[in-house]
Amino acid sequence: MSETVKTYTKKDFTSDQAVRWCPGCGDYAILAQTQKVFPDLGVDKEKFVFISGIGCSSRFPYYMDTYGFHTIHGRAPAIASGVKLANPDLSVWVVTGDGDGLSIGGNHTIHLLRRNLDINVMLFNNRIYGLTKGQYSPTSEVGKITKSTPMGSLDRPFNPLTVALGAGATFVSRTIDKELKHMQSMIKRSHAHKGTSFMEIYQNCNIFNDGAFSAQTDRDQKAETVLILENGQPILFGTEKNKGVRLDGNKPVIVDIGDKWSVDDVLVHDESDYVIASILSNMSYQTDFPDPIGVLYAVESETYEETMVAQINEAIKKKPKGNVQEIINAGDTWVVK
Amino acid sequence: MGKITEQVDEVVIRFAGDSGDGMQLTGGRFTESTAIIGNDLSTLPDFPAEIRAPAGSLAGVSAFQIKFSSKDIHTPGDKPDVLVAMNPAALKVHQKEVAPGGTIICNANAFTLKNLKFAGYETNPLEDKTLDDYFTLYSVEMGKMVSLANEDLEISSKIIDRTKNFFALGLLFWIYDRPLESTKKWLGVKFAKKPEIVEANIRALDAGYNYGETTEIFTTRYKVDKADLPAGTYRNVVGNYALSMGLAAAAEKSKLGLFYGGYPITPASDILHTLSAWKHLGIKTFQAEDEIAGITSVLGAAFTGDLGITATSGPGIALKGEAMGLAVMAELPIVIINVQRGGPSTGLPTKTEQSDLMQAMYGRNGEAPVPVLASATPGDCFFAAYEACRIAVKYMTPVILLTDGYLANGSEPWQVPKVDDLPDFDVSFADESNLADGQFLSYSRDKKTLARPWAIPGTPGLEHRIGGIETEDLTGNVSYDPDNHHYMVETRAKKIDAITNEIASSEIFGSKSGDLLILSWGGTKGACRSATEALKADGKKVGHLHLRWINPFPKDLGEKLIKFKNILIPEINYGQLIKLIRAEFLVDAQGLNQVRGKPISSADIQEASNKLIG
Repeated sequence: MSETVKTYTKKDFTSDQAVRWCPGCGDYAILAQTQKVFPDLGVDKEKFVFISGIGCSSRFPYYMDTYGFHTIHGRAPAIASGVKLANPDLSVWVVTGDGDGLSIGGNHTIHLLRRNLDINVMLFNNRIYGLTKGQYSPTSEVGKITKSTPMGSLDRPFNPLTVALGAGATFVSRTIDKELKHMQSMIKRSHAHKGTSFMEIYQNCNIFNDGAFSAQTDRDQKAETVLILENGQPILFGTEKNKGVRLDGNKPVIVDIGDKWSVDDVLVHDESDYVIASILSNMSYQTDFPDPIGVLYAVESETYEETMVAQINEAIKKKPKGNVQEIINAGDTWVVK
Repeated sequence: MGKITEQVDEVVIRFAGDSGDGMQLTGGRFTESTAIIGNDLSTLPDFPAEIRAPAGSLAGVSAFQIKFSSKDIHTPGDKPDVLVAMNPAALKVHQKEVAPGGTIICNANAFTLKNLKFAGYETNPLEDKTLDDYFTLYSVEMGKMVSLANEDLEISSKIIDRTKNFFALGLLFWIYDRPLESTKKWLGVKFAKKPEIVEANIRALDAGYNYGETTEIFTTRYKVDKADLPAGTYRNVVGNYALSMGLAAAAEKSKLGLFYGGYPITPASDILHTLSAWKHLGIKTFQAEDEIAGITSVLGAAFTGDLGITATSGPGIALKGEAMGLAVMAELPIVIINVQRGGPSTGLPTKTEQSDLMQAMYGRNGEAPVPVLASATPGDCFFAAYEACRIAVKYMTPVILLTDGYLANGSEPWQVPKVDDLPDFDVSFADESNLADGQFLSYSRDKKTLARPWAIPGTPGLEHRIGGIETEDLTGNVSYDPDNHHYMVETRAKKIDAITNEIASSEIFGSKSGDLLILSWGGTKGACRSATEALKADGKKVGHLHLRWINPFPKDLGEKLIKFKNILIPEINYGQLIKLIRAEFLVDAQGLNQVRGKPISSADIQEASNKLIG
């Protein structure tokens, strides 16, 4: 990115459009943290592009005073791919939701992740369809009673983090709408990562699924229910940081730090370790485990656009000054007089 | 040897064999040599739908037809004068279409009991004399001949047997007096790493040629003089290739990056393959995860200032419909190419049809007008592609270009165009000079074209948002205002109508008024032109009008139509253009509709014409 970056404030990233989410929606906090962090990213404002699909979260680009494209349901990752490939110099952000990114657009999400374009995905997970007024989503728990599932939903939910890891993502993280500072650091980490960054954000829909993450956001409980990951540090949680995750073979178990187990027995987080990331991601939907937040997985790998540009440059080097006339004239020709 | 040389104006040859027999390649080589001689020509490949149907089966028959002439021709011909059948199945499938009195040349060695049975013959047609009353039949032991020609080479008999198509080619080269050199040269390049294969094929080619020259079986050679084509440099060109060159030319002239996003589909995949090989021109190709990502990636690229292209066939268009609507709403320039094939559903993937016209016109939700144009011949795909790109950018709109399987895989001699001579294609992106009182109005419009400004990410001061929700006039903000919606629907329609200013007036070939107007679009142009020529020669007052643009129609189309007592619209569909014409101009047009997966013949058009005008 350019070295002579202008200085910005939050206001520079705030558009003139009235924000139209329901009062109390978790999306407000995500928008505010993004606008707050963006001046610090060291990127010229005109180089930011926000692409979204359809859903409550997908209104996001209208509120950012950057380039933005509110597109069609599920297709944001594919549209963002075209943006990035047309101009790899841009900082491209995809804002999506659990329905947009994992149901109707699931295919595009996984293919973006495996290709590893340098695009930042923010997936707002509220475990419900908000815009269409309250049907269950692909992340809703089994048995969810909604308008479309009066006797309870039948499908087993997706875990967004395991989906991302399974699709070959090079950066997988999670944060929570109420954890403002943490969210800010995750946005910065996403931006810093070269390759597709996948960030799941637990986001409360106070109208159709209020309290979906109350266990993880309640002040009195969250120390016990949320695990804040730090690279190179033992995986500890609890009010007194007196609980840890230990591996019993391949199985994670929760241990109390004290007589039997010390901090040295606890698993140390390593962002570059796929197995640890996989174990952590699977802790999400298990009742006896806290939900990990932070960067689960981050590895460097060549981006799609880098290799695309390299191939083009190689082809140009082999055949410099190529032009269409040359192609038109090629092959067996004959002259009619 | 007492051979006679007979002068003829035109010949139609069909090569048919098992899909493993190399018929497309044989036809391709015959085409190149014919092109070099300077005949006018037109070709029609006919692929089997199965990748590899069982050898010798009816489903596995692959064919390639070429018509060549000393005159200006417009179609690959109706009935072949000569059929080369490499096995019983090929004979079975194609014999009924050979012109009465025509010639059939068969590879006798493939007419084994097993193959005969597989093709459904109870007796051997080469021996039971069932064909003799109608055709001149030559039963040639091609398999045996190539085996003898190559017996001292140390390669397997299986590989030697595969050279029999070059024997057939050599024989046809002798009969029609074509040079062998370019094919020998081509073999040398094609199999550069396998000199023994080059040698075996060249021996087969020579053996076939010499067989014609020395045996007394073939007594007549035919000479087809050079066609009287306009002066210039020519090459042979296949439709999909011409189209790809047209896209590349558009990118070069406009100085835009070319971004192609697409998903493999028959018969459009060759466009993806061709563009992928031109990375040295800076062309970016993206094989997307599905048809939807194909077009949406293209939309993203167009938003960012690239010339965005996607190509597919009917089923892919169905999947791209929603994204096309977004392109209409966001007013972004992209080109969507539909290489039409037989439908509905999977239909006839390898066969041609014109049945996606209504889909192109109306296959989207809401009022979503999209300009639609169609290529007329394989070589015309170049100019149509260039035109589609130019209009898309000038009017900031998605454009649909219709071709079809016949145009995509067919070929013709093509007068090599100069990129410098193509129409101007200047593009200017919006910059800070577009700000009005510090505000950027993303939906302000050019007075003449009604196009909105193209403001691409990375441009300082023009940060703005677009989307699929109805946009407010000028600002581009979200708007649910009823009057604004009505106004925007109207404006988007007017913008497409304004493209009529780019469309030349309709040219009529033949009579400008009179008994019958033959009206065509797309790949039926050649057959309609041939039919018109024949009807004119009969003294009929017939004209032919071919449409390059279907949406919008040329301004003067209505006034041209009413000068004829009858209008005939031949289409390879169940009646689509005819509905548009009747609705728009309230004329009593009549259709000639065939959906057999192959081009309509000029003979059928003549017959339908004669029925109408008596």
